[in-house]
Parts: sequence; structure tokens; C-alpha cells
Amino acid sequence: MSKTTPTCWTEFAVEALVRVAGFSAIGFVLLIFLFLLREGVPAFFEIAPGNLFGTRWYPTFDLFGTLPLILGSALITVTAIVIALPLGVATAVFVREVAPGWAREILKPMIEVLAGIPSVVLGFFGMTLIAPLVRQVFGAPTGLTAFTGALILAYMALPTLISVAEDALDAVPRSYRDAALAMGATSWQTIWRVVAPAARSGIVTAVMLGMGRAIGETMAVMMVTGNAARMPVSLDSLFRPVRTMTATIAAEMGEVAAGSTHYHALFGIGIILFVLTFVINLTAASALFQKRRRGGLR
Amino acid sequence: MLTEIANPKIRIEHVSYAYDGEEVLRDVTLDVPANAVTAFFGPAGGGKTTLLRLINRLNDLVEGTHLTGQILLDGQDVYATGTNIARLRRRVGMVFALPLPLPGTVRENVLYGPRLAGERDRSRQEEIVVRSLRQAALWDEVKDRLDGPASALSGGQQQRLCIARSLALEPEVLLLDEPTSGLDPISTAKVEESLLELKQHYTIIIVPHSVQQAARVADHAAFFLMGALIEYQPGKRIFTTPHDKRTEDYVTGRFG
Repeated sequence: MSKTTPTCWTEFAVEALVRVAGFSAIGFVLLIFLFLLREGVPAFFEIAPGNLFGTRWYPTFDLFGTLPLILGSALITVTAIVIALPLGVATAVFVREVAPGWAREILKPMIEVLAGIPSVVLGFFGMTLIAPLVRQVFGAPTGLTAFTGALILAYMALPTLISVAEDALDAVPRSYRDAALAMGATSWQTIWRVVAPAARSGIVTAVMLGMGRAIGETMAVMMVTGNAARMPVSLDSLFRPVRTMTATIAAEMGEVAAGSTHYHALFGIGIILFVLTFVINLTAASALFQKRRRGGLR
Repeated sequence: MLTEIANPKIRIEHVSYAYDGEEVLRDVTLDVPANAVTAFFGPAGGGKTTLLRLINRLNDLVEGTHLTGQILLDGQDVYATGTNIARLRRRVGMVFALPLPLPGTVRENVLYGPRLAGERDRSRQEEIVVRSLRQAALWDEVKDRLDGPASALSGGQQQRLCIARSLALEPEVLLLDEPTSGLDPISTAKVEESLLELKQHYTIIIVPHSVQQAARVADHAAFFLMGALIEYQPGKRIFTTPHDKRTEDYVTGRFG
């Protein structure tokens, strides 16, 4: 890369400003990570591993088992994706491939608006409308269940999932469609057997991003899942209250004494959450990267 | 100028076509004979590719277009209401300028069309693979790697694979849109050679990528200029004794 010498001071100032802005973004991420490590790592020394990854989370009795929280997060995230994936992909296919031009012009911005609804509003909506419905329909003892949380999360993951999946479909070259049509494929056969498979890696990325959004969500989940730190291992767990990692941090951080074991344990959960999200994003990025390297679809 | 022949495979009658009000084809009338290679040639923007895409209705999905006139395949208007478009496209296969293997193996590529059409029988599928690849003059080169990825083939092989993929459906007509534009001379020669073989069974329309290619492969040739059919002659006469001044200028390399 050739570098031009700044010829006057404005040139220099702008370049410096841009550079500072760019590096400070990296700097902030690093600082947050260091802070998280400083506050959270002691938990891994203060609490015996058997306790830390045990099945009981009762901080008042010095029981810091994070397993129910991790499994709680996993359960509602996976359920949310199972609900959101078919809906999201179908919507993306509809918007991109089926809907006439004017409908697409209306639908796209509307889907993007969905992403802007504050999660506390969705939480309230879930609490007052969906929870009673879940209780009645599934006969659960309470409406505040993992399933209720998964429904809300699925709804929250949908806008991201739809937008990214739609971009992936859009990136499939027109020549693929032509080739399929020229072989006598109907428009459905073209979509399901040629366009969608060609966009597969983009759709995987969409799912991963949706998942990243779901696992980190706090407020809505806290409001609708009941927050009981029980192990979600029985068959009916989906229709019982659970507690997630995020909700635990949010609920307890305000009442904990700074520097105590409990305080460190909460940051420890933060580290686990960070690692999980990082792995998910990395998987999504590598799916994208492989696609580029194969040089197939751009 | 020749426009009508007895028992044409395809009859194009007064076809005009416009995108967004801009005319790309102007009152084109010509007959395409069966079991021969007909070349549509001329400078870029002449409407050749558009005319090909109109024959198998591939332009149906393009918005803001207007078509007048008729295109008859065996005397049937392909734009008649109630035409089964998927069936029409199986009868009229098309190969594009860029070799475009679909994701998957060589075998899967060949069987793509037949599977879409509902061919499930294993031994029939095997027959189709062998026959199509033989006809496309590709069999000897790929018979040992039918289950390898199609993307691993060379450009010339990929293009012949695309031809084989069209042939797998046993079309009656084969439309070739600059099928050798991305290929080296040796691969080009192989594709052209396979055309000689193919025309015994199929009606072929080719948009060649050069006048020389048109002269090499065409049994009939039509010269298009800016959306109009300028001249259409059987045999190679158009390249040696063109009637129209513009055709002469083009084939002798004075423009284009």
C-alpha cells in the first residue's frame, strides 16, 4: 500500500483523527475485556471447580453452580432458533423471490423496524399476553417458562435472521436462476434446489448472528422466564421456569457487595457468556470466510 | 433474402420486443430449420441473445417488457395462454456464455434436469449420464470422475458439461449463447466438433462469439444489427457473397 505524504496540516489532522477513532474502538473492546477478566477471573480461584460448575446456584449459601444458568441459556436459545429458523428463511425467500416489487419495498423497512423495538417492550408484551396464553394452552403451572422466553427471543432474532438470509439469497448470481429455469425447473424448484442451497453459508451466518443476539438478550428474557435457577433436564423443562446467565447478572449485580465472591462469580458468568458469544461469532465469520476462499458465490 | 422455409422447427413472425420502452428487437421474421445449426451473429447489442431468451421464455421474469409478434415451435405459439413453461424449457434447452456448473458432482449436474422432471429410475439415470456426456464429447475425459466435484473440471470441460446437462433432458432445440466466449481455442474446437455430431439429432441455434466461428459452424446464418434482422441466408453464402452492404462490411471486418 502506498502512502501519500500529508501536504498540509488539515490533511494531517484528518488522518490523525481517523486513526485515533479507529484505534480507540479496538482499545475500548480490549479494556472491557480486561476489566471483565480482572473482576471475573478471581471467581475461578475462589470457588472450587466442583462448586462453580455444580448444579445449584444459591449464592447466600455459597453455592455457585453455574450449570443450570448455562443450560437455561442454551435451552431457550436453541428453542428460539428452532422456531425462528424456518420462519426467518421462509420470510426471506418470500421477500426476495416471491413478493412483487412493491410488496418488497414495504416489507423490507418494516422488518428493519422490528429490530428497533426495545426489548423491555417485548418483555412486557410477553408477560401480559404470551405468558397467560402459554399457561392455558400447555397447562403449565405458570406462564413464565423457558418456552415463553424462547418465543420472545425467536421474535427478536427474526429481523437479523431475515435481513442476512435475504442478502445471501440476493447474492446468488442471476445466472444460477437462469440455468435452473432453462432446465425446466419451476420457480419453486429453482428456489429450493438451486438458490437456497447456493445461499446456504449465508443462511448459516444468519442463524449464527440470530443466535448471538438471542444468547446475549437480558431484559425480555428476565421478564418472561420466571428466573428459577433449576436444572432444565427433565422432559417438561421447556414449560417450567428457567434462569439464564444474563438474567442472573442483571438481577443480582445491584445487590452484591463489590469484591465479594458472589461479585466475582457474576463476572465469571460474564466471562463464560463472552466466550460463548465469541465462539458463535467466530463460527459465523469462518463460514463466511470459507465461502469467500472457495471463490464460489460472492 | 430467405425468410420462409418449408416445415421450419421454429418460426419467428414479426417479433418486436422492448425493455422499458426501448426497442431491442424490431419486426424480426425468420424460420429456423430442423437438424441444422443456425447462427445469429452481429455486433453486440443487436438483440441476438434477447431473441434466444424469448424462444424458451427465459425473459418472462424480467419486468417492464413488451413483446409483439409470434414465436412458433412446431407450429405452436410458445406464448399461447396455457403453455406449460417448464415443459417448453425442457424441449428447448439453453447453454449460457459462462460455464456454470451447479454445486455438486459431475453426475449430479447431468442429472439435475431429469431429476427435476421426476426421473427416479437408477438405470435410466445411468443411461442418461453416459448418453449426454458422450454427445457432448466429454465422456472420455470424465468417465473416471463422475462423482468428483464439477467445479474441478477445466473451463472447457465445464462448458461441455453444461451442454451435456441440457442434452440430458433430450430437448428438441438447443440454444447456445456464445458458448465458447470464455474458452481457449482447443476447447472451442472440441465444442464446435460436438455441434456437428449434435445437429443430427437436434435443432441448434448458436450465437457465435465471432464471425469466424459463425462461418465455421453455421448451416444457416442470420445477421443482426441494432435489433433488426439485416440478412438471412442458407449455407455459407452470407460470408462469401452477402447481399447487404452492412453485412459485407461486418463480415469483412470493416466494423464490429
